[in-house]
Amino acid sequence: MIKHKVVLLFPAAVVEQPFLYHLVKDYDLFINILRANINPKKEGRLVVELSGEEKNYEKGVRFLESGGIEVLPFEQQMIWNEERCTHCGACTVMCPTGALEMSRPDMIVRFDGDKCVVCEHCFKACPARAIEAHY
Amino acid sequence: MKINKTYEEINEKISKGEAVVVTAEEIISIVEEKGLEQTAKEVDVVTTGTFGPMCSSGAFLNFGHPTPKIRMSKVYLNGVNAYAGIAAVDVYLGATEIPEADPANQNYPGDFNYGGGHVIEELVAGKDVRLEAYSYGTDCYPRKKIRTFIRLQDINEAFMFNARNAYQNYATAVNLSEKSIYTYMGILKPNLGNANYSTSGQLSPLFNDPYYKTTGIGTRIFLGGGTGYVAWHGTQHNPCADRTDKGVPRSPAGTLSLIGDLKQMDPHWVRGVSYIGYGVSLMIGVGVPIPILNEEMLRYTAIKDEEIYTQVLDYSEGFPQGIGGSLGEVDYGQLKSGTITVQGKEVPTAPLSSYSKAKEIAEILKSWIQDGKFLLTEPVESVPSVDSGKKMNPLKIRR
Repeated sequence: MIKHKVVLLFPAAVVEQPFLYHLVKDYDLFINILRANINPKKEGRLVVELSGEEKNYEKGVRFLESGGIEVLPFEQQMIWNEERCTHCGACTVMCPTGALEMSRPDMIVRFDGDKCVVCEHCFKACPARAIEAHY
Repeated sequence: MKINKTYEEINEKISKGEAVVVTAEEIISIVEEKGLEQTAKEVDVVTTGTFGPMCSSGAFLNFGHPTPKIRMSKVYLNGVNAYAGIAAVDVYLGATEIPEADPANQNYPGDFNYGGGHVIEELVAGKDVRLEAYSYGTDCYPRKKIRTFIRLQDINEAFMFNARNAYQNYATAVNLSEKSIYTYMGILKPNLGNANYSTSGQLSPLFNDPYYKTTGIGTRIFLGGGTGYVAWHGTQHNPCADRTDKGVPRSPAGTLSLIGDLKQMDPHWVRGVSYIGYGVSLMIGVGVPIPILNEEMLRYTAIKDEEIYTQVLDYSEGFPQGIGGSLGEVDYGQLKSGTITVQGKEVPTAPLSSYSKAKEIAEILKSWIQDGKFLLTEPVESVPSVDSGKKMNPLKIRR
């Protein structure tokens, strides 16, 4: 079993097709939707955690890509800009999962992408705007 | 006191590269280990640091004259209004100014993505900044408008002048109401969801010189990555606030007005910041050296987080309405641990002022002094202390 967090970008032309159904039915993948922005006839975005057998995962991703969907690794999409971060910690009390956490006693903010559920609460809580979403 | 050193003696050691310099964090364990007398003999300077949002900041700029000349009366830098009610091509750009077209809190809570603090950061970073100025035109200054770009290195003068920095203590903000509120202390979640505070505690300049004995007018400091000076006591300077037996105020007290050359600064220590629903500000690095003239000055610098207290205030009603008072007293050791207890509830804390960056500033200042590049100055005048009787007056509404 492998588990990957990915960002799926759906072109407007295919946004109304039931891709996730096929991922479950044809590729036996578990899907955990973390964030969804889907509207009729508009480019859509899903942040999902996909898990299953490695070969099924790879086939599933190829299936999505053949349908015109961009499959982007989550780590490259949600970026904590360490250079921009002032370690003020304002984000750490807003983050519900502890993905952004103040390490003590050195008082340095650290970001753990595995814990991030893309709730986006940190975006505007950060005075330095150090958290960037590229999706 | 058995140890008595002068500024001259300390400076001589600095010049020779022989001064012993430690940070306000390092000094704590040294004093615990060796005692006051021995440490005061050995250590010459303790360096402090703070890096937090300081709204009452800004910069004076002189652009130089174009041909024909202009008496600028409205000035915008990257769309942000700068105060031009001074001489022809001089302005003061304030850290909290937002562009006139910014919707502010009309779409509550507003984003406040850009403002004066960000323009100052971009200037310091050496970036091109768009200058737009208008005038009514005079015989001596006929030009009525100008649009161009400026860069920090090309303009005549640029110095930061901050009316209030380095606050000696600050309240801890919480929210007792049932909805999120958006404040200059960050987002405060409902029902005591979080507690935000803003000082570097044991590293903070005025916690280490609580009676302003060596920090006064003319004190040379680290400001924004360059050299600056204490210009005056800051606005809202309130030395007579209640203090602990170690002399440390339990609530906001002293402040400093600071000045420094923008051209020496580093964008790493001058950072425009945005507070959702509140506005923009500027985070600035400040570091003040404290000469260990005697055991008394050393004792002040050995203060630790657990010995510094502050008040917890409700920013949903108590603070804005000026009612209710403190919800309790907490120390910075508790605040730094990540949770405090307020009204029986465990509340997660966030500092807003960066402790790790404050430590870095104290280290940089330490290395400047160790390298003989930074000499200490004796204040030419003290700032008002506890014997001044100076109080902070509220604004009375008259008819």
